[in-house]
Amino acid sequence: MPGSIQSIERAAAVLHFLGAVPEPVPLGELSRMLALPKPTVHGIVRTLVDVGFVVQDPDSGRYTLGEGLSRLGETLDPHLLRSRSVNWADGLAARTGLEVQLGVLAGQGVELLHHVFRPDGSPQRLRVGELQPLHATALGHVLLAFSPAASRLQELVSSTGSTPTSPVTLTRAVQQAFRRGWAVADGTLRPGVAAIAAPVRHHLGIGVGALAVVGPRERVLSVAGDPVPALVEQVVAAAAAVSAHLEDRL
Amino acid sequence: MTTPTYVAAIDQGTTSTRCLVFDHGGRMVAVAQHEHHQYFPRPGWAEHDASEIWANTLRVLPEALDQAGLQPSDLAAVGIANQRETTIVWDRATGRPVAPAITWQDTRTAELVDELNRGPSADLFREVCGLAPAGYFAAPRLRWLLDHVPGLQRRARAGEVAFGTVESWLIWNLTGGTDGGVHVTDVTNASRTMLMDIRTLDWDQRLLDALDIPAEILPEIRPNAQVYGSCTVGLPGVPIGGAFGDQQAALFGQTCFATGEAKCTYGTGAFLLMNTGDRIATSEHGLISTVAYALEGRPPVYATEGSIAVAGALVQWFRDSLEMIRSAPEIETLARRVEDNGGCYIVPAFAGLFAPRWQSDARGVVVGLTSYVTRSHLARAVLEATAWQTAEVVEAMAADTGIAFTGLKVDGGMTANHLLMQYVSDVLDLPVERPLVAESVSLGAAYAAGLAVGYWPDLEGLRDNWHQAARWEPTMSDPLRRRERAAWDRAVERTLGWVVAGDTVVPARRFG
Repeated sequence: MPGSIQSIERAAAVLHFLGAVPEPVPLGELSRMLALPKPTVHGIVRTLVDVGFVVQDPDSGRYTLGEGLSRLGETLDPHLLRSRSVNWADGLAARTGLEVQLGVLAGQGVELLHHVFRPDGSPQRLRVGELQPLHATALGHVLLAFSPAASRLQELVSSTGSTPTSPVTLTRAVQQAFRRGWAVADGTLRPGVAAIAAPVRHHLGIGVGALAVVGPRERVLSVAGDPVPALVEQVVAAAAAVSAHLEDRL
Repeated sequence: MTTPTYVAAIDQGTTSTRCLVFDHGGRMVAVAQHEHHQYFPRPGWAEHDASEIWANTLRVLPEALDQAGLQPSDLAAVGIANQRETTIVWDRATGRPVAPAITWQDTRTAELVDELNRGPSADLFREVCGLAPAGYFAAPRLRWLLDHVPGLQRRARAGEVAFGTVESWLIWNLTGGTDGGVHVTDVTNASRTMLMDIRTLDWDQRLLDALDIPAEILPEIRPNAQVYGSCTVGLPGVPIGGAFGDQQAALFGQTCFATGEAKCTYGTGAFLLMNTGDRIATSEHGLISTVAYALEGRPPVYATEGSIAVAGALVQWFRDSLEMIRSAPEIETLARRVEDNGGCYIVPAFAGLFAPRWQSDARGVVVGLTSYVTRSHLARAVLEATAWQTAEVVEAMAADTGIAFTGLKVDGGMTANHLLMQYVSDVLDLPVERPLVAESVSLGAAYAAGLAVGYWPDLEGLRDNWHQAARWEPTMSDPLRRRERAAWDRAVERTLGWVVAGDTVVPARRFG
């Protein structure tokens, strides 16, 4: 058994102390109560401020518990995520001329949380609420690569001849998505349909969703079968923009 | 000198001032925003500082350009959309407002309006400007200022001060202010003052006389798409090509150019406007006749408007007053935990019932409570209230105009709520469509400005920019719809006559 880590114990003590006192606490008070030198305590609280667990009052310089701590047990509300994504998803559809989907993990699959039609005037069906298999979609590969506690896939059912049905092929695709920061799917769910997806990340980079453009193979991939670089760039940029706005004021 | 490739819009709203930049396809390329303070000095009063709004305008313009890496010379024109009916009077010599701006949410003119309605000129107003006198419109607020700011009536007569709604104030300042500022308003904003003849589109002397408003204080009324002047500050050299009241801007931005086309904008309140062409619809159902738009050298196009006072505001109440949720979008998460409303209905008659009922003695109710009802059912009832209110206004509008709806175009923040949009489609038994660019208000202002300078050639060209982003189809069975409608109607009945003599009366008001 390794011994306990002193700095973590001390940080926990600081948090307990701040949590027990109703008002912001000056550094000297913390130092006295914890019987530690001021520079040591200062180093600890600065670090805790950096990670958002403690905030320092800009006027008095005193410390109090930060919002980051109360948010620890919370998961991002999916509809808040949709609400934050709407403008970026619209922009992505407008610029690429392709249909846009936003997906989140739901059990063994991807749930489509938001869907923007392909802006070409053709009749389309709103797919919000639809469940798609994780292993057969670009959205799913991104979620498997970037989201924690991704559910273990039990059965890799084949949708088309291109669906990855062996664990090895799927693992390779997910690892590639993780390395590149995006995923591509070519006819793995519906023949002739391709997609490019990128992660939407919450603080600390944890994946909370995936944003994708979906369209006919010839619009999404080059003649050689590679994803069109400009599309990849736009999807990644839009997903990053949504990520950046997740922390905005409500 | 580069060829101008973009058009900007200033969206001066109730809580913030924004600048959006659009490309030729109507796609948004930049947005900058600053909020301003809300002042509530007394119960029922709601004010803004017009100087702060102007300062924020000067901040958002360069910020939006920077975002897209643009110079003012990249802009073909700028258009303005604004919160309607908010009233500003300023000193022409110093450029400073003589009093705080009285906003559309302010109810201080209730008594003045009651007097007007009891007096001989009430019918004249209805006939000439198309509006029954109400505290909702700008002229009673101007009258209030003339009565309460010392010396203002005299100074108005002497031409020393200027009146305007927010677009007038911004245009005057952008075109030089004290140094040659252009003092104009557009027909849509002017149509909400109660002073404009809705047929001639000119100020009407009889209405001015009825409120004793000196003509010297008024701006000149102009079409929506016309170059009013060029900016000397903010966007130096860029022509101001259009101005619009926000709801008419959204109608224009949604390209509702044909008779019978309608849109509903879901914000704090919800506003349903239908293009009625050259017809001024007289309403049997408490709807308002208003100018939809006027293009230079062409006859005006009219609209009928139904306002729902409490839409997003009910979700805000659920969040802030009941503390049931932490953010507005979470209401959908909560509501989705249950299959239905559990028999619970909420009628948000917070300040009486509005269109089409107009009952000022009504107050809000939550009915159908049993031990079975949870906060998730309440969340459903909150969303359903917005849908049923929409249905009531749609029915009133169809009855007034004789035009049956074939679908409803929607925009505004609440369209991100999928459950709500599905429910609106279900209770209307009509498809509901959301456009790709949800910023219809700003887009409408940009379209007007772009048309004025030839950046866009005509209305048909603008239609090509409208793309469907989502479409909800009705899925509710007829028997269920009838049953739910009957329950909603019973809930509405329970709101009536709540306020009795001796109660502290919070006056019912229209929201704009």
